Amino acid sequence: MSRTAQNDHLTRLEQTSIHVFREAFANFRSVCMPWSMGKDSNVLIWLARKAFCGKIPFPLLHIDTTYEFPEMYEFREKAKAIHGIDLIVRINEDAIRRGVGYATHDPVTVTHELKTVALKQALAEYKWDALVTGIRRDEDPTRAKERWFSPRTADSTWDYKDQPPEFWGQFASVAPEGGHIRVQPLLEWTELDIWEYIRRENIPNPTLYYSRNGKRFRSLGCHPITHPVDSDASNIDEVIEELRRTKVSERAGRAQDHVGRNSMQELRAKGFM
Amino acid sequence: MSTSPSPLPNAPAAEQAEDQRKMHVVVVGHVDHGKSTFVGRLLHDTDSLPNGKMDQVRRNCAAEGMEFEYAFLLDALIEEQEQNITIDTTRIFFRTKKRAYAIIDAPGHKEFLKNMVTGAASASAALLLIDAHEGVMDQSRRHAFLLSLLGVRQLVVLVNKMDLVDHSEETYRRIVAEYSAFLKSLGLQAAHFIPIAAKHGENVVERSAKMAWWRGPTVTEALDTFAHEDDLTGLPLRLPVSDIYRFDHRRIVAGRVEAGAVRPGEELVFQPGGRRSVAKTFEDWSGPSRDVVGTGGSASVTLTEQIFVERGQIASHATSQPRVGREFRARVFWLGKEPLVPSKTYRLRLLTQNVEAVVAKIEKVTDASTLESVPSDSVPRDSICEIIVRATRPIAFDLHHECPVTGRFALEEGGRIHGGGIILEARSEGGKGSGKVTAAERTARAGHPPAVVWFTGLSGSGKSTVAELVERRLFDAGRNVIRVDGDDLRAGLNRDLGFSAADRAESVRRAAAVAGLHANAGQIALVTLIAPLAADRAKARAALANHPFIEVFVDAPLEVCEKRDVKGLYAKARKGEIAEFTGISSPYETPESPEVHVRTDRTTTEQAADQVLQAIDRILAGKGEDWEV
Repeated sequence: MSRTAQNDHLTRLEQTSIHVFREAFANFRSVCMPWSMGKDSNVLIWLARKAFCGKIPFPLLHIDTTYEFPEMYEFREKAKAIHGIDLIVRINEDAIRRGVGYATHDPVTVTHELKTVALKQALAEYKWDALVTGIRRDEDPTRAKERWFSPRTADSTWDYKDQPPEFWGQFASVAPEGGHIRVQPLLEWTELDIWEYIRRENIPNPTLYYSRNGKRFRSLGCHPITHPVDSDASNIDEVIEELRRTKVSERAGRAQDHVGRNSMQELRAKGFM
Repeated sequence: MSTSPSPLPNAPAAEQAEDQRKMHVVVVGHVDHGKSTFVGRLLHDTDSLPNGKMDQVRRNCAAEGMEFEYAFLLDALIEEQEQNITIDTTRIFFRTKKRAYAIIDAPGHKEFLKNMVTGAASASAALLLIDAHEGVMDQSRRHAFLLSLLGVRQLVVLVNKMDLVDHSEETYRRIVAEYSAFLKSLGLQAAHFIPIAAKHGENVVERSAKMAWWRGPTVTEALDTFAHEDDLTGLPLRLPVSDIYRFDHRRIVAGRVEAGAVRPGEELVFQPGGRRSVAKTFEDWSGPSRDVVGTGGSASVTLTEQIFVERGQIASHATSQPRVGREFRARVFWLGKEPLVPSKTYRLRLLTQNVEAVVAKIEKVTDASTLESVPSDSVPRDSICEIIVRATRPIAFDLHHECPVTGRFALEEGGRIHGGGIILEARSEGGKGSGKVTAAERTARAGHPPAVVWFTGLSGSGKSTVAELVERRLFDAGRNVIRVDGDDLRAGLNRDLGFSAADRAESVRRAAAVAGLHANAGQIALVTLIAPLAADRAKARAALANHPFIEVFVDAPLEVCEKRDVKGLYAKARKGEIAEFTGISSPYETPESPEVHVRTDRTTTEQAADQVLQAIDRILAGKGEDWEV
């Protein structure tokens, strides 16, 4: 492999993420990795395979909101086969029965019910000690304050005012009573790093990220509340070129972030990723 | 739109920054000396804000009747805006022509020191702000002390709010004189003292027309002269073991190279323990494996010999090994709510090592702002001290000045890190231990915990044959091992017992008691006994509950065992010369869930022994669960 300065930057990020994966697996016996099938999530799978020499030694979890784009379900099956994934799929059936949905409810409520509550249900059932998430510090100001290993209480809340110190590669090693640790190997990556790494490693990724009829998705969520951005970037090289120039924030197309004055902080304090 | 200011998704690059690797910069200084304002202004002046962010924050300020401040760009959480202090390290990104930066807006408020430590520990450069009007304050000094402990050596001091002192060169000079003397006493030296007025962007990115006397660099010019500092490739190899993977036929030692570099073919010494093996291959997934893994690289190493290796050990080359010992003198910063005291036991974490430790002595507690030291019997929150640390078992380490990554450690209590320190001096252990010898001490001396491995199966199934090979392998790997053989017991201790159900139960009980004594002495006891009844075996397991217990079912069909008939016993039993012979005239109850099940009619003795050794390895590595996938 050629080692340009570019590669070295990505390799450094990659090697650090691998270390975080390995520390998590060594510290917590029962680990699960939620998988949104989005670009960051797919990079996580790749890094996990590198960390564990080819095969991921813990299950992945897809929280199915039932509002995924049809392309995403297709991608799910394809990627599952490629990576040899042990996949758990969960839907908050109770909320669906109660009629929670975008036609009748606001995005923050639906996101909370169909994602956060569904995740809590899975946690209650499987009692994982650690959840590996693909969040990055550059996505949102509340995520900028995250730690590599971030404790969550039994009801999944995040006490962002009193986080443990984290230095010299020493992470929180014990999950709070009844709670779990969020392990966040992509914390230092930027959106551009993610795309450059996908290109370098040729990582399977959904085609919704590429432009069709002058629009593309920059971030993927539930289809009723996820809006494409104007873009002619129809392949990965063009996406990377576009990102080098943009000043629009990545989650601008994600409606649930922007409902209230501080909706992302509220969502995250209650257990959203 | 959300009103929270977003950190930069991707800073615009009118010109491609030449260095893609972000340099981490920490911003510290006394509360209200202008850190957030400075960072907000820096983002603005380097054109690093997302579209519309300025207007949005201005609108929010107008809506709440507040005057716009650059600090609001940063104070991401609403609460922070209300309290007007920064709660936690916020990371944001900006770019100069030279490279990308991640800037950590560390708080200055006293009770949030742990966040500053978190931020500064990952930084390769520091910007320390001093208010020109207020001068050097308590936190100005305390933060510099912490920077020196955390190993941040590239420092620029920003003498801020120069507009409030009429841009006076004299005021600037006075602060430089006072503060550089203080830094010198810590062994620190600032690369520059830059006079700035962050609020007005003076000498941040653009030069200030009001300070024509200043000939030095602006803040961004100064940052661009710094180097990424964490390249320890030139130091001796330090590869701490993170884990042992046995996901398939491979046994892989996983770990990150913290210093130096490692190549296949090199002999590695694992400390503590001192066992040696040669790195055979690197098992990189996807693409060809690397031929060298340098500092910062995560390695997946197979070894030529299957020696005992566990998480925490540090691999090095034989010619430059780390120290191994239980005691050292260290300079420690303590952030815990409860004071650091000699009467408590803490967990000492050094790379992947995690051992119990006590404070053997507090030598002095230093006031971080005056640098005055006082003797004390406890270390209060947010102070710095020199102490003697004594671990309950030997650890591998270096002195901080020899190798920073293996010369520093964290102290944990109740699962939470409360302090950290650097190792100044190794100490020989303070005399002999006192009181009764503990299991932990025996484990420390042996280099492995004890265990009981119980081989059960029909006569002739191969219990002793497999156990003998397991014993040989363990012995050659330097472990303390002993066999407790049923026939030997019958020749001595069990001479009074026959083969009735009651006598068999008693024989199992005695074998368990003997195995327990050996395990108490720190040994791996390999018990070979038919033990035909499940209830008797369950009692043995219960009696040995305080030791790791591995049941090995040595399985071969009766016909096979009878055909082997090594001791001629089956023949005698068939003739009725032996009563109550297991399998012929007495039942054998098959174990339902043995830890290991070997089929000696289908595998070689070597394969059977490997199966058992793998299970023992897992126990010895502190992992009772089977992680095979």
